[in-house]
Amino acid sequence: MSAMANTKVAELGHKALGLTDADVLAMYRQMLLARAVDERMWLMQRAGKIAFIISGQGHEAAQIATTWPMRPNQDWLAPYYRSIASAITFGMSPEDIVTAHLAKGDDVSSGGRQMPGHYGAARYNIVSLSSPVGTQVLHAVGIAMGAWVKGEDVVALTSFGEGTSNQGEIHEAMNFAGVHKLPVIFVCENNGYAISVPLDQQVGGLSVAARAQGYGFPGVTVDGTDPLACYAAAREAHDRATRGEGPTLIEAVVHRLTSHSSDDDQRRYRDPAEVEDLKQHDPIPLFASRLAAVGLLTTELEEQYRAEVKAEINEASKRAEARPEPDVATAERWVYAEEGG
Amino acid sequence: MAELNILEAIRIAMDEELERDPNVMVLGEDVGRKGGVFGATEGLWAKYGGKRVLDTPLTEAMIAGAAAGAAIYGLRPIAEMQFADFSYPAFNQIVSEISRMRYRSNNAFGLPMVIRMPYGGGVHGALYHSQSNEAYFTSTVGLKVVAPGTPADAKGLLKAAVRDPDPVMFFEHKKTYRLFKAEVPDGDTVVPIGVADVARPGKHLSIFCYGYMRFCALEAAETLAREDGVEAEVVDLRTLRPLDTETVLASVAKTGKALVVHEANRFGGFGAEVAAIIAEQAFEHLDGPVTRLAGPDVPGVPFHHSLEDWFMLNPAKIVEAARGLVAY
Repeated sequence: MSAMANTKVAELGHKALGLTDADVLAMYRQMLLARAVDERMWLMQRAGKIAFIISGQGHEAAQIATTWPMRPNQDWLAPYYRSIASAITFGMSPEDIVTAHLAKGDDVSSGGRQMPGHYGAARYNIVSLSSPVGTQVLHAVGIAMGAWVKGEDVVALTSFGEGTSNQGEIHEAMNFAGVHKLPVIFVCENNGYAISVPLDQQVGGLSVAARAQGYGFPGVTVDGTDPLACYAAAREAHDRATRGEGPTLIEAVVHRLTSHSSDDDQRRYRDPAEVEDLKQHDPIPLFASRLAAVGLLTTELEEQYRAEVKAEINEASKRAEARPEPDVATAERWVYAEEGG
Repeated sequence: MAELNILEAIRIAMDEELERDPNVMVLGEDVGRKGGVFGATEGLWAKYGGKRVLDTPLTEAMIAGAAAGAAIYGLRPIAEMQFADFSYPAFNQIVSEISRMRYRSNNAFGLPMVIRMPYGGGVHGALYHSQSNEAYFTSTVGLKVVAPGTPADAKGLLKAAVRDPDPVMFFEHKKTYRLFKAEVPDGDTVVPIGVADVARPGKHLSIFCYGYMRFCALEAAETLAREDGVEAEVVDLRTLRPLDTETVLASVAKTGKALVVHEANRFGGFGAEVAAIIAEQAFEHLDGPVTRLAGPDVPGVPFHHSLEDWFMLNPAKIVEAARGLVAY
């Protein structure tokens, strides 16, 4: 890396996007954090502490960069099951996330009621997620509709995979958002596989972004391993939304570095060479190289970040594990609203 | 007091709620400029504008799902399914999302929203404009289900539904829309969800009903009194979930005989639950088998008028079933 730092590339291009050096380093650090949380939870799953893992590894650049323009406590996220890094950008802490995966009683997403990966937190404007895929996209559109009806400045971002993009509810959501130019950003994280089924068996036109034309708003395809490309698309999408110009569909082409979930083995359906090649598409070393090439990321800073992130996840998992289990006596509560709260 | 039909009562309830609370909105197919295919929202688009009274595309999942999102955001949407029969594209949103949101988020998100659904037959609507599909929703925990049978209840229960912190499925029997007029209290009168109404007191048997069947059961009770000297107690459940079990059991304790009437098909219908509750909790009061009178077990109301007449319940069929039970 130090050798690369000597052969400086003239320009990273972030300043033209309105990002400072500190911003891009913070994005990079957040990618490291999301990865560290993800990897730790796999270890905890292997150790029998977490029942199930569905990973965001490989999606971090797309998630962090597309959520970066979103305004805390003002904008909304309707996530999907890989949205670990998006949830972190919106405010969920590593401790919140590990706590939810351990299904602890005071987990902010569900109090231990939902499976791992079902992100949600009212306090951070993250909508509670279920398991049938694509339902959350209509919730984002409904939030945007609510803001539009009330005349309030809010943008809703929702994310989903390219497999989910084929659901009817996605069509209904995008069509309606297009009709009224609602302030929504649709982020399709296209990792090429719906569990085991490849893109060419899922998407007739091979492009999710191209569908946007039929809905009357822009659809853009970006390299989902490039945080600056993703940020540029999301920045423009957010600006369009707040200007009242309506939705944008961003198709971020990413690589799923892990199997679909801890219950899956992708070697059963992906070519060994393809699996081997995945490392070349890991957004974290790719971005590190670019940051180093322009002299922003030094070896010392990289080591510092990694040490900080490791300490953070160590502390978060320790605290999460110490949290109380759900109380079975509460299992019948909150089916409906209760008196006094 | 004004003399209104059920359709007018529903329209006035929405008008008053839109007026009262700026977070209330109405959305659905043709609810705007046209005022709804039945006229339930007539005049509201002109009064409140096209955002708060919103014409949607022909997309029922979107209607339910966007209403859910708006409710998350803090609005109180009233969504209209044009016919209950067309709610199935929204089933995933209603069942997977809307009913479960509060529970799955451990009370972080509640969904104060109403889904209005015209249901029921007798209007030459055949298989796909006549369904009484309330049992899908009464068996879904997390929803409240309401089915009024009078103009005053339609208005008061719809107001209660709009103000409820949880999602309410509001079933409007379309044959009752213009069937009769009755007095409706002026102004802000709310009828609480979860309370049944003893529409006619009696002592020889209890008839449990809701929606259009209230009208039919009252006519039947009139005939029974006149021709048989039988005094039937007609209990209009009004809310199917949460069910007013107390009023149901009190009536059975009084009469000893229970006839449960609904237009929806019999097998696994809502009446099965009412019958089971009575059998379990009022066994010692029973003086005859808990009896159900329900729509036939065919996949829908057939179209031709003779076929439709065969399908539909009516006062005469209720009289016949009541006579059988009383004679037991």
